[in-house]
Amino acid sequence: MLQVEEIKKSFGGFQAVDGANLDVKKSEIVAVIGPNGAGKTTLFNLITGILKPDGGRVVFKGEEITGWPAYRICKKGVSRSFQVVNIFPRLAVFENVQISVLSQQRKTYDLLSPSKTLVIQETQNILESVRLTDKARHVSGSLSHGDQKVLEIAIALGSKPELLILDEPTAGMSPEETSRCIDLIRHLSTDFGLTILFCEHDMELVFAIAHRIMVMVHGRSIIQALPEEVRCNREVQDAYLGESEVQDA
Amino acid sequence: MSVKSETHRKEIWVAAAAFALLLLLPFVLKRFYLYFLGLVFVNGLFAMSLNLVLGYGGIFQFHHAVFYGVGAYGTALMIAKFGQSPWLGFLVGPLLAASVSALMGMICIRLSKLYFGMLQISLGSLVWATVYRWYNFTGGDDGIHGISMPSLIASPKGSYYFIVLMTGACLGVMYLIVKSPFGSVLQGIRDNPVRSEAVGVNVRLQQLLALIIAGFFAGVAGVLFVVLDNSVFPDMLFWTLSLEVLIMCLLGGWFTFLGPVMGAAILIALRTFVSTFTEYWALIQGIILMLVIIFLPEGVLGYLHRKWSQFKGSGLAGEK
Repeated sequence: MLQVEEIKKSFGGFQAVDGANLDVKKSEIVAVIGPNGAGKTTLFNLITGILKPDGGRVVFKGEEITGWPAYRICKKGVSRSFQVVNIFPRLAVFENVQISVLSQQRKTYDLLSPSKTLVIQETQNILESVRLTDKARHVSGSLSHGDQKVLEIAIALGSKPELLILDEPTAGMSPEETSRCIDLIRHLSTDFGLTILFCEHDMELVFAIAHRIMVMVHGRSIIQALPEEVRCNREVQDAYLGESEVQDA
Repeated sequence: MSVKSETHRKEIWVAAAAFALLLLLPFVLKRFYLYFLGLVFVNGLFAMSLNLVLGYGGIFQFHHAVFYGVGAYGTALMIAKFGQSPWLGFLVGPLLAASVSALMGMICIRLSKLYFGMLQISLGSLVWATVYRWYNFTGGDDGIHGISMPSLIASPKGSYYFIVLMTGACLGVMYLIVKSPFGSVLQGIRDNPVRSEAVGVNVRLQQLLALIIAGFFAGVAGVLFVVLDNSVFPDMLFWTLSLEVLIMCLLGGWFTFLGPVMGAAILIALRTFVSTFTEYWALIQGIILMLVIIFLPEGVLGYLHRKWSQFKGSGLAGEK
């Protein structure tokens, strides 16, 4: 469904992504792991059009989408959540998701019908599926961090994606919130049939839900394989698992 | 639900009563006060049109007066220079303002925030300079005076009614726009453009459309000024007026729908009555602006709004 080939991006003199490859098949859950600064978020920004790549290709459903503006890539069926909470903080939880649904239904140029009567059911369904219904009327900026991270996912779901990209969905969550989030990701994969690409520092989570894992080091992808293979791979152990403990400390 | 529709009904009643009062005023008020009220409505509409992009869109529209002036001049020139029917002129003014807004918007929208505002000031000043210098077409710094109006709205009463009706209609349409999907998405862009783009919104196109709409309604305000005053002059598109209308929005409350109208009313009232006592009106205006920024950052109506919701004890967003 998604192929990334030899994609590159540098900021000034720093080569953030230096020839990364990635392959995601339909209905799969793929995790990208790697030490801090390996270029995971940059890779996601390149795929979703937030950043323009310097080289390489991104192909989605057989069509090359390299360098497309973010809104077009979203319309094509790739939607994402952000690592740092990126919501509409002044608006209510309901409105946050509603904007996304309105955009998906191409109603953003509708000037005269009242928003409050539109896409109510769709929005409620999404809030229901992430269990935020009881907080629908709250100003989203006032939610707890964990709820805001879940709202992140809910906003992304509003675009009715085929491929959902989650950038560290559980970062900063408490253990209970994390397990709730794992359930949610599983639920989205099995019940909605969504293809999911995510990156995460929590190895337990990664090995619990990912079908395949891609490992990134210094902007390069060094392997993409089944979890067991990745766990046993020497290169990964050297480059990543050993190193990460030093970095995390 | 029933509670909500009841408060809604109450709001409609209040609006209807206020409107009826406005329609009755010409029978009791002197001519000067009718002119004064007309000026408040014209500036209120002007400020509201700015707030569409400023408060709701988060766009730094620093030279909004250009579109007000272009609307007014478009109408004035159609009537005085081309000898067309005033009604046609009323239509041409706002459309011309919207076109200029589209053109300037397409150039400026590539820049963000402050840079947008700065480029807009320079382009707008170019429009002003053209109007100011082009003596034999626009009348230069003399402007155009004694523009003839259709007999229906030539009298003070007639022009007052026309202004009240047009302002009311425009406010109604703007209210619908703010509450529409277009308005919701515009507010989303204001709060978080990156996220808006990521959910599939073409941010620049959406903003450009908002600029065109705001330009159109500023043009309508310009037309209404011609109806009120029967004259136009280059100060109508000078940057100081843009600053003044910005102050109206801030003063009244740029996160409330009617705030700008209130700001316009306060500022016009102060200017009208204070400047009979002193010629240092600009000084007083500056002091007011400083006080507002320090003590009422949400503006007068924003402040009252917050006090009212505190009083009702609701912290929920849906209750606005």
